[in-house]
Amino acid sequence: MSLDSMKEIFEQMAQKNKPFWEIVLEDDMETRQVTRSQSMAKMLLTWQAMVDAADSYTGRRRSVSGLVGGDGMKMRQYCIRGEAMSGGYVSEVIAEALSMAESNACMRRIVAAPTAGACGVLPAVLLPLCKYEELSQHQLLEALYVASGIGAVIAYRACIAGASGGCQAEIGTASAMAAGALVALRGGSGEQIGHAVAMALKNLMGLVCDPVAGLVEVPCVKRNVIGAVNAVSVADMALAGVESRIPVDEVIDAMGEVGRRMPVEFRETALGGLAATPTGRAVTKRMRKPQ
Amino acid sequence: MDIFDILGPVMVGPSSSHTAGAVRIGSMARTLLGSKPVKAAIHLHGSFAETGFGHGTDRALVAGLLGMKPDDLRIPYAFDEAKKAGLDYTIDAVDLRDAHPNTAVIEVWDEKGKHLEMQASSLGGGRIMVDKLDGISVNFTGAYNTLVIRNQDESGTVAAVTSILTQLRVNVANMSLYRHKRGGDALMVIETDQHLKPSQVLFLSELPGILSITYYDKEEDEDVSGFDEGNL
Repeated sequence: MSLDSMKEIFEQMAQKNKPFWEIVLEDDMETRQVTRSQSMAKMLLTWQAMVDAADSYTGRRRSVSGLVGGDGMKMRQYCIRGEAMSGGYVSEVIAEALSMAESNACMRRIVAAPTAGACGVLPAVLLPLCKYEELSQHQLLEALYVASGIGAVIAYRACIAGASGGCQAEIGTASAMAAGALVALRGGSGEQIGHAVAMALKNLMGLVCDPVAGLVEVPCVKRNVIGAVNAVSVADMALAGVESRIPVDEVIDAMGEVGRRMPVEFRETALGGLAATPTGRAVTKRMRKPQ
Repeated sequence: MDIFDILGPVMVGPSSSHTAGAVRIGSMARTLLGSKPVKAAIHLHGSFAETGFGHGTDRALVAGLLGMKPDDLRIPYAFDEAKKAGLDYTIDAVDLRDAHPNTAVIEVWDEKGKHLEMQASSLGGGRIMVDKLDGISVNFTGAYNTLVIRNQDESGTVAAVTSILTQLRVNVANMSLYRHKRGGDALMVIETDQHLKPSQVLFLSELPGILSITYYDKEEDEDVSGFDEGNL
């Protein structure tokens, strides 16, 4: 993709008098030399893969280590019983984030967004919304274009891999993508999308990648929840008119800097944080490949 | 990088860098060997070595060597598939200098003893970079159709190849030249916008000064004909 800043997307929106999603779509057509239909058809397949993963979730699978599995179903049932403090939509966002991230840990087929470890965040905010609001597939694809444009800018200016920049780069980026998608779905302006992205990244800045035994399980699955809930809250703030005091591109650059300076122990090596706790080390020992 | 590297790939978990990227690295080694591998020595560096077992990196690399794509549901069972396919492999750790944390060195051999050594890294989101081929430093990603050409380091060889590509109406997106030393063997890596047919690759391989040639066809999208935006 040739879009290298959020500012550039805003400028193109003004010049061409087109919405955010269409700037990203046109850029994809140019970058990959495809037609509008080809690009949108691929986006539809991507959306369908997310829907399929959610629909086929049963909660019965367990990960290789046995640490992950079944929590999404527990949360779904809790929602159905009407006991959730966070109420209808948000409680279902939590359940969906758990279900999707668990599916990934259990080697099911998912859509990386932007990575597999963070695959639960974006579908978690979009899928439950379809129950509460009348959304056409076209609107959902528009939201996915917005999300992918945001992710591409962050990947260009900073990083999206835990090994490069910690969890803030993975869950942080996923959260920013989801937040922007929600603001777009509610008809927010480009600037409001930008504020939501900035706030999403700021709230998760510095988050380390410390997976127990190096598996994309603990704490990754539950961090999809904080990414998704964070996205809902910053999207609501942006739509309410709350603004980020630091411009979005500067926030992205700061996240990249924090990532580059993050010690290697906190970048997916399983040498620090939760992975280095006594319990974390015990799991590592149990999971070590017999030589 | 395009937006479907961000929203995608559609893949078998658990890790885009350690599983999907590893499948692509294995698959790239198979393609660049140009034939079916029967033996492989896989060396894991950095985070691949530290956490590769838990992420299924080992199984993913073997899956790729067997020609699987990142969304193949057989990836968790790649070791069994390797037995069926007659692929012998070893996996160990290696400590490389100045390498990306997610790096693998793969040596592969085919039935006739043809050998390739490739060093590649997984950059995140399932994207990969080939860093070395048979000891020569290179830089290409598999995001384009890619010609890897070994040639004698003589004047005119590059021009011959590119003029044929012009006649075939194949546009060069990126091109790099690498060599050990002047007058020795050299390596040309050409990334193209259009696909090449096997007959066209064969034709290029018969040009004077060309020692060998392998061609990597970038992953094709699903058939999306019949899509109508008006139906959404």
